[in-house]
Amino acid sequence: MHKNANATKGMEEMDKITLRAACSVFALAVAAPTAAYANDELIEMQSDPKNWVMQLGNYSATRYSELEEINADNVGDLQVAWTFSTGVLRGHEGGPLVIDGVMYVHTPFPNKVFALDLNDSGRIIWSYEPQQDPNVIPVMCCDTVNRGVAYGDGKIILHQADTNVVALDAETGEELWKVANGDPSKGETGTMSPLIAGDKVLVGNSGGEFGVQGHMTAYNLETGEQEWRAYSVGPDDQILLDPQETTHLGEPVGENSSVDTWEGDQWQLGGGTVWGWVSYDPELNLVYYGSGNPGTWNPSQRPGDNKWSMTIFARDLDTGMAKWVYQMTPHDEWDYDGVNENMLVDIEIDGEERKVLVHPDRNGFAYTLDRETGELLVAEKYDPAVNWATEVVMDPESEEYGRPQVVAEYSTEQNGVDVNSEGICPAALGTKDQQPSSFSPETGLFYIPTNHVCMDYEPFQVSYTAGQPYVGATLSMYPAPDSHGGMGNFIAWDAAAGEIVWSKEEPFSVWSGALATAGDIVFYGTLEGYLKAVDMESGEELYRFKTPSGIIGNVTTYEHEGKQYIAVLSGIGGWAGIGLAAGLTEGTDGLGAVGAYASLSDYTQLGGQLTVFALPGEAGGASDMDAGAEEDSDE
Amino acid sequence: MRLMSKAAVLIGGAVMLSLGAAGAQEEAEGDNWEDKPYIIEDGKVDYGVYNGFRRYHNTCHTCHGPDAMGSTFAPALVESLKDMSYADFTETVVNGRQSSGAGGSTSVMPSFGENPDVMLYIDHIYAYLKARADGEVARGRPERLDPENDPVFQEYQESQ
Repeated sequence: MHKNANATKGMEEMDKITLRAACSVFALAVAAPTAAYANDELIEMQSDPKNWVMQLGNYSATRYSELEEINADNVGDLQVAWTFSTGVLRGHEGGPLVIDGVMYVHTPFPNKVFALDLNDSGRIIWSYEPQQDPNVIPVMCCDTVNRGVAYGDGKIILHQADTNVVALDAETGEELWKVANGDPSKGETGTMSPLIAGDKVLVGNSGGEFGVQGHMTAYNLETGEQEWRAYSVGPDDQILLDPQETTHLGEPVGENSSVDTWEGDQWQLGGGTVWGWVSYDPELNLVYYGSGNPGTWNPSQRPGDNKWSMTIFARDLDTGMAKWVYQMTPHDEWDYDGVNENMLVDIEIDGEERKVLVHPDRNGFAYTLDRETGELLVAEKYDPAVNWATEVVMDPESEEYGRPQVVAEYSTEQNGVDVNSEGICPAALGTKDQQPSSFSPETGLFYIPTNHVCMDYEPFQVSYTAGQPYVGATLSMYPAPDSHGGMGNFIAWDAAAGEIVWSKEEPFSVWSGALATAGDIVFYGTLEGYLKAVDMESGEELYRFKTPSGIIGNVTTYEHEGKQYIAVLSGIGGWAGIGLAAGLTEGTDGLGAVGAYASLSDYTQLGGQLTVFALPGEAGGASDMDAGAEEDSDE
Repeated sequence: MRLMSKAAVLIGGAVMLSLGAAGAQEEAEGDNWEDKPYIIEDGKVDYGVYNGFRRYHNTCHTCHGPDAMGSTFAPALVESLKDMSYADFTETVVNGRQSSGAGGSTSVMPSFGENPDVMLYIDHIYAYLKARADGEVARGRPERLDPENDPVFQEYQESQ
């Protein structure tokens, strides 16, 4: 059997990269943390590919699975095994968790949670629906999405739209504790998925378009008590950084590193919200996440670097103190939030094995940093369309070290208030938004869902009113000009070299989280509603199935009773859903650019459905499976 | 400022901050401003429509979509404004609106009565949306009239 025609072809590649990553994720996953916690089980559980215990698959945020029953040879035979309607017609981000025969499915507002019995055709074991003030709905910029629940120590943690964090008994759905993480009347909301690490629940806030002060908070998993809160902007003691010990590119940040980069007390409306993904290195006991845009999209209204918005934070899990920070987009002029996932892998760079963090940022640069020290190793564009900056300066001797070199033509600050800056790439959506990437230790490559969208951006003066939008810019978005005409690409990225290995064009942004598996394939969803599987080596499409609505959820895999399944939520919405209803009926007369996503309504409608896929035949691979392909690695 | 008083009566106790210009145009043209709150010549729009485009895309479009075309969670105002009176428009913007359906499909529009970025320009936003609904302005950024031939702009400047 040519179990994988590409495998041979791939071997050369494999040699070249010296399997440099093979030891990474899993080495991390089994390493014992320094202290014993009730949920050390999570470290154990995430190494069992039968389960899917956290949104990004593991603490390293790689969304990779060892399962290989479904592989490049047979994925073309994939079929729908069963489906489940969530009953909610809003944008469905995130994905289900699977823990020992039970699947936990969440929904956007009103944030229902269902526990489904995989031993009984997905029967609902329990469901939970919180009571929330509907007035939180319009405070949520870009739809009422939720990026999924977390599991730890027999609890399901739900982060509600109204910022309440709730612990539910995983067996019964009983509410164990509940704590408010913010104030929706000021525009603070909840969309991000919490991460459970050690004995803590880590959760941030949303509301970057409402002038809130972004923060990350650690709650005790057992009691819900707040253990620490670290703001992104403000005085040193609020940010939890040490002027001498906390570093930025190897140098101490010094005193008042944030407030000195704002005019007056503007930092109080400074944004830097924390609504993306969190990863964790148990060996270093550091958690990693990024902060969002600075308050108001009109850069002239907030002179300075606006630290520490647009920043990756590495914090000690126990104390919350920042070990290092790195600001990717000082003084943002384009809404390039720094919240995207930070994938923790060990790869070889310049002949040396490095513990790195890989972060494909909204601003169109993919960054590789030493995750222990915050040293900047690679910063390269991962979409050739990116034009707002020429490069990130890599010379440590330069005064501009680590800073993007902004192109004046695309600087909305330099062009000024009430001027429409045209042709900026990427758009405010970023080359990538929250949709998480995947990493395969086999190829050593990162699989990144991207946007291929550019914009015009006109900043103007705005006033702040608590709980009201604080934006201050008019945007038009459209497919990247002089390209393939589509608004997305799905790419394979070499984070050591900083190069695109292959790129697959998509008509719309790829707003779905990727999943790479040991079956030599990568899955992702599309805004038209397709679940797609592509060859890991070449990007060649091997399978597609059209689900009932557009996919902005993340693809998940698990094994149940000896059979591998693929699961994904459909339900168009989120930022990508704005403009869905906008048809092209009026044509484009006098219009250089049509609103991005304008024709999506030709393909899909609202939905809220889980679709679960499997190969035909009984468990164990009796019919269509290759001998030898059904072995699971179970450690 | 006839419009100002009109709106204030409608709104009752709600806070009104101020109001952009629009009155002169109505008088200048002799038409009913509410029915045709814009001047469009050779495809070029007055300052009210132009600024309405900008202000709409600052606050409103995050739910109502680019070019007032709607989204997965809020109606297309390019349709709504075909039937909606100026009075209903301002009432909704100032006080908000809520509706519930099956399956958690609650829709909520917040009150913008205390938001100067909306209330200072509500007539401009209305003019833009009405021009969109009437099919007089295409999608995207409209081209402005020369300021010297734009009575709306001149009046706006005088009011600043």
